[in-house]
Amino acid sequence: MVGIVSYGAYIPIHRLSREKLDQVWGGGAGKGEKAITNWDEDSITMAVEAGTDCLKGIERGSVNALYFATTTPPYKEKQSASIIAAALDLNEDIIAADFANSLRSGTIAIRAALDAVKAGSAKKVLVIASDCRIPPPNSAFEPLFGDGAAAFLIGEDGVAAEIEGSYYLTSEFIDVWRLEYDIVPRTWEDRFTLEQGYQPHLRKAVAALLKAHNSTSKDFTKAAFYAPNARSHAAMVRTLGLDAKTQVQDPLFDNVGNTGAAFALMTLVGALEEAKPGDRILLANYGDGADAHIIRVGDGIEKVRDRRGIKKHLQSKLVLENYGKYVRFRNLMQFEETPTTRPRTSLPQIWRDRNWVYRFHGHKCKKCGKIQFPPQKLCMYCQAKEEFLEEIPLWDKKGTLFTYSMDERQPPIDPPNVLAAVNLEGGGRIFSQMTDRDVKNLRVGMPMELTFRRIHDALGVHNYFWKCRPVRE
Amino acid sequence: MAQGIKDKVAIVGMGCTQFGERWEADIKDLIAEAAFEACEDAGVELKDIQAVWLGTQWGSQVVEGGVVTGTLLSSTLQTQYVPVTRVENACGTGAESLRGATYALAADAYDLVLALGVEKLKDIGFGGLPSVWIGRWESVYGAFGTGPGRYAMAATAYFAKYGLSAEEGKRLLAGISVKSHYYGARNPRAHLRREVTVEQVMNAPMIAWPLGLFDCCGVTDGASAAILCRKEDAKKYRDDYITIKGFGIAASPGWGKEREDYDFTYWDATEAAARMAYAEAGIKDPRKELDMVENHDCFSIAELIATESLFLCQRGKFKEEMADKRAYYHDGEMPVNVSGGLKSFGHPIGASGCREVYEIYKQIQKKAEEPSRQIENVQLGLAHNQGGHPGKFVGGVTIVGTP
Repeated sequence: MVGIVSYGAYIPIHRLSREKLDQVWGGGAGKGEKAITNWDEDSITMAVEAGTDCLKGIERGSVNALYFATTTPPYKEKQSASIIAAALDLNEDIIAADFANSLRSGTIAIRAALDAVKAGSAKKVLVIASDCRIPPPNSAFEPLFGDGAAAFLIGEDGVAAEIEGSYYLTSEFIDVWRLEYDIVPRTWEDRFTLEQGYQPHLRKAVAALLKAHNSTSKDFTKAAFYAPNARSHAAMVRTLGLDAKTQVQDPLFDNVGNTGAAFALMTLVGALEEAKPGDRILLANYGDGADAHIIRVGDGIEKVRDRRGIKKHLQSKLVLENYGKYVRFRNLMQFEETPTTRPRTSLPQIWRDRNWVYRFHGHKCKKCGKIQFPPQKLCMYCQAKEEFLEEIPLWDKKGTLFTYSMDERQPPIDPPNVLAAVNLEGGGRIFSQMTDRDVKNLRVGMPMELTFRRIHDALGVHNYFWKCRPVRE
Repeated sequence: MAQGIKDKVAIVGMGCTQFGERWEADIKDLIAEAAFEACEDAGVELKDIQAVWLGTQWGSQVVEGGVVTGTLLSSTLQTQYVPVTRVENACGTGAESLRGATYALAADAYDLVLALGVEKLKDIGFGGLPSVWIGRWESVYGAFGTGPGRYAMAATAYFAKYGLSAEEGKRLLAGISVKSHYYGARNPRAHLRREVTVEQVMNAPMIAWPLGLFDCCGVTDGASAAILCRKEDAKKYRDDYITIKGFGIAASPGWGKEREDYDFTYWDATEAAARMAYAEAGIKDPRKELDMVENHDCFSIAELIATESLFLCQRGKFKEEMADKRAYYHDGEMPVNVSGGLKSFGHPIGASGCREVYEIYKQIQKKAEEPSRQIENVQLGLAHNQGGHPGKFVGGVTIVGTP
């Protein structure tokens, strides 16, 4: 049996309330809030978070392939999946692929993963969908778009939910798109995009699937499906004959927003979190066509309960004080250039140091047993030579905040720059920037964890590295 | 067998520019100003100088092509083919230039030399120090932090270790800044010449929490210079010369901030340098024997910790010391930074170490420009100069005194 072995999700900690958008643009943004990435996050870093959540308790070396689905890869040329694979400390002898450009790339990647496992070319495939789309300011998309990620481990052994059947439909229909030089998406009038695009395509895919499996919409415990917005979602519930009270998985429009390529799969994670063995879930996705899936939850679901997933990520949040912060985070204006020295990068350095820059490996001294980061030439405690220093992964270590400061004199994307010294459980201390923090709520001794972030851009290169953050639970 | 340096080398002339935002002066103007004053003070001509140690950290920001060599000084002062050694040890550069000059004299390589530290920071267009992010991992992808950000971590750690609330901790530090400004106001060559109150310090804008504006030194242009010779020649130049009693320079292994056993509340490199210098100078009880200390107070917390790490006060006991508010004033038991310190006199990076010695030199000669901060009888003083940041310092201690 091939199916979902594990799942995980990620929702960035920052939320922008739609009321703040109304204050800026004069109304019409609707209720609730949307989840937005911090300035140091992108589709890659969110994918690492969702992947980490999904692989909790699972041997990283058991993953044979990584498929990354997004419409917002940080590089146009240069694979994203390879960076994610390194940050997840996956083996090098895996296949990594980007499934890009389509809102449906996540469910397309899942099909490719199922096929690979069925064909025997992989035992476990990690599929991560992550999107961070920038909406045009003062558009209908602005209150709507949110950021997030979902991850699924597809495999044969220990299946938590089986994918009983799928139906895929490919269409050349154009409704939302970006040209190669566009930052924000374009669209057409929604009477056309909804009536000729979303509604008939999704309906057709679901109908074909149900027909092939002799099912009706009444046979599902929950339906998790894509919709461009809350209104079209509600309309689709009626069209499909679902009971809005009991059968519909919350699409999170009120508190996360439309997360693009991650949307349908994040909704599925939400459904799996509450699912019981025997439940049947209808999953449907839309974009360049549509697809629909029957997912049967098995006993294995009980083994993958301890995920942060949707629920726990929703619970921890920081609300942005104003729209200006959001504009800063997304770099939506031409800001003042200060004549401080520009950040630099060095590709040879990053390459040499890749095992600790991406994989966050440190050293353990075989003589004195001390753990240290970054890796050393000589043990920083007993001066034992390099051959006594054993490389060990540290990315899974939590820690406590030993000391910190809040530096106001740093590039002003989101001052202050919180500098932190964090003592890791089991040994080791990292000197790090702190992200996703509430500066009013820091104290020495507070629990910390590590998170993979985009440190800065320099010379046209995205520099990724690890930061610390207060534990998100 | 190493002999030590005590009383082998004398300082016979010193110069120090006006410190501050010297919009009208470039790096060459500053070099000339300090060098000319030092020569005049020693009664020597530039052509008598046989070798030079030039200390500058950020000179590369303001010189042609971004490359500093000895020609920065030789072309400015038109010295004719004498060796000019350029030294650099971050904020501890000044101590390094004096040390190089001293050892060359002790080795009988020369008879009369010049040590000069200079920094021109206010041409770069922003407050704070330049950061050239092309170095190792911290530059490229790590937790780079400014000077205030790094030192502020020590303040947080100190407060936590000794059970001070943020309010208590900041108030303790404010007492230090009030003293620095008190003396800055009484020093005509100082950069910051206005007195402040504890409340002003407490309520100042944040630079790097918990350090506010008045906990931090300014960004200063300036230069300082010393003319040195062997002690036996000193009388040729003046009667009130001073001698070098001891040096300590210690480069820490540098990973303090990543070692779990480092707690950010003491300067390990300074402790090591102090032990070296005290041993060389024969000092057993520094607090009793030293008449004044100029320590590296780029931040209020830096003065506090340096005072403890120079063994003038036990670790963690500074608060009790401060209960006697005058203890560290010029008329107190252990005068510290009565020049205004790096904090108020100013901190032109490469010049500071030499400038600290300048203050002691003038105090010993009873020539503090403003008599109200003249310490009564100075025989022995300590200049502490360090480069780097908590956990990764080069600590430098220079002890000078009457012969």
